Amino acid sequence: MARTVGFFTDTTLCIGCKACEVACKEWNQLPGHAPAFGDGYDNTGQLDEQNWRHVQFHERTTAKGGVAWNMMSDVCKHCTQASCMEVCPTNAIIKTEFDTVYIQPSVCNGCRDCIAACPYHVIGFDEASGLAQKCTFCYDRLQANLLPACAKACPTESIKFGELGTMREIAGARLNQLRGQGMAEARLYGDKEYGGLHALFLLTDKPEAYGLPNAENAVLPSRNNIRNYLGSVVTAAIGVVGAVFAFRERGGKG
Amino acid sequence: MPQHFVAPPQWEWYIVWYFFLGGLAGGAYALGAILRLMGDQRDAPVSRIAFLLTFPLLAICPILLTLDLGRPLRFWHMMIDSRTFTLNFKYWSPMSVGVWVLLVFSLFALISFLEAFGTWRSGKAPFLTGGLGRLFMIVGAFFGLFLAGYTGVLLSVSNQPVWSDTWALGGLFLASGLSVAAAALTLMTRLGRHEASAEAKLTRADRYFTILELVLLAAFFLSLGAVASQFLQPRWMALWAVVVIGIVVPFVLQFSSARAPAMLAAVLTLVGGLALRIVVVFGAQM
Repeated sequence: MARTVGFFTDTTLCIGCKACEVACKEWNQLPGHAPAFGDGYDNTGQLDEQNWRHVQFHERTTAKGGVAWNMMSDVCKHCTQASCMEVCPTNAIIKTEFDTVYIQPSVCNGCRDCIAACPYHVIGFDEASGLAQKCTFCYDRLQANLLPACAKACPTESIKFGELGTMREIAGARLNQLRGQGMAEARLYGDKEYGGLHALFLLTDKPEAYGLPNAENAVLPSRNNIRNYLGSVVTAAIGVVGAVFAFRERGGKG
Repeated sequence: MPQHFVAPPQWEWYIVWYFFLGGLAGGAYALGAILRLMGDQRDAPVSRIAFLLTFPLLAICPILLTLDLGRPLRFWHMMIDSRTFTLNFKYWSPMSVGVWVLLVFSLFALISFLEAFGTWRSGKAPFLTGGLGRLFMIVGAFFGLFLAGYTGVLLSVSNQPVWSDTWALGGLFLASGLSVAAAALTLMTRLGRHEASAEAKLTRADRYFTILELVLLAAFFLSLGAVASQFLQPRWMALWAVVVIGIVVPFVLQFSSARAPAMLAAVLTLVGGLALRIVVVFGAQM
């Protein structure tokens, strides 16, 4: 059944348990990388070919001088205007009947242009399969009318799943509730970027603090086509005129 | 300063060498064609060298690109949709455009190679003559120049730091392609002890290319603004020095007519052109 689905990740409810990461790896049979132990709780590191959910941990100083711990379960945004899909030369990246962005493993040839394009550091190259890989929005589960594994596992309902319109309503209501309680720093991310994301986030800091480009920087790769081709055409024209001028001159004088 | 949170695509040596050989081959064909169309009889051997050089260099390119793929046997997915078996072409994706340009240009390069080979080894008369022959070479030169320049556009049409923050990469790679092609032809002309007049013409043309490349290099850094600091880290300085030496020193050496400096100038230009692609490709992915 065709429908437009979405995630709403409410970071104020995230407790950093990583159940989403584990459920994702279990369902999608992702072996994962060896964990890296540093000076924090984040031993996942980043979204990539093995990590389709990544719980970020950020410490920040609050306006009152205290320390706040911001956690966010990051995921592919399933952009309406997707940078990865825009550049993909093989048409391996498609929009599904759920309006999600899906890399078809049978079509991808591992050129990695999508990795250079994705502004959210979502896609990774899997050496074992030779493919670009990312969150599928649990495409197989959606087809079977099941919740995505991460949303199913999340114990605090920080990750919500449903119709995109419903998610927007819930997100808007939650934002109003938090602002009403005096949390002025609460904000929504994803209602405008890239034509509207299919993964909305309620944040308590500016987007760039979570590794999300702000609205001004959420731009598509194709913005650079015309100006770069134009630079090439002008260069080619000057180069050809130079060569014609040099080659027409008779004799061997330097 | 633009925000970037993108992951590097791990485009490494195969891609660097493709960019270099593609620029060299595309530039060589364009120079060969212009020399043939605009030059005189004495330039014919150098024009022939250009066409003899272009196709073998170009033939390496698809091999490099295929080896770089995660699934090399699916290289044809670039051209044909593997589900519908219709042609794949996305004018807004430079990688898609580039695949077709590489294929079409290879046909032009092959035909010009066969003609040059025939006149060289068997003394046959050239067949790319008359209006059609001229048109053929002009169209071939267009695709050659496109190949030399689009590689920069390919990098820019992304969200990578540096690559996507400039408008000058396509032009810079194209100017560099013309310059390394002139250097390669000069080198081969010297080694083959051909007519000096064509070599003097190549030297004159390369002066224009060098100035063009310097202007575009400055434009590249200026367009990057604060992002340029990524390249000003110590680890990239040695490579940038090779790039600048490869542009400036040959320019000075060209005013000497002695044999050794001209050869040295050509080698420095070629090394500088390779260094430019190394530093741009690797430097933005760190």
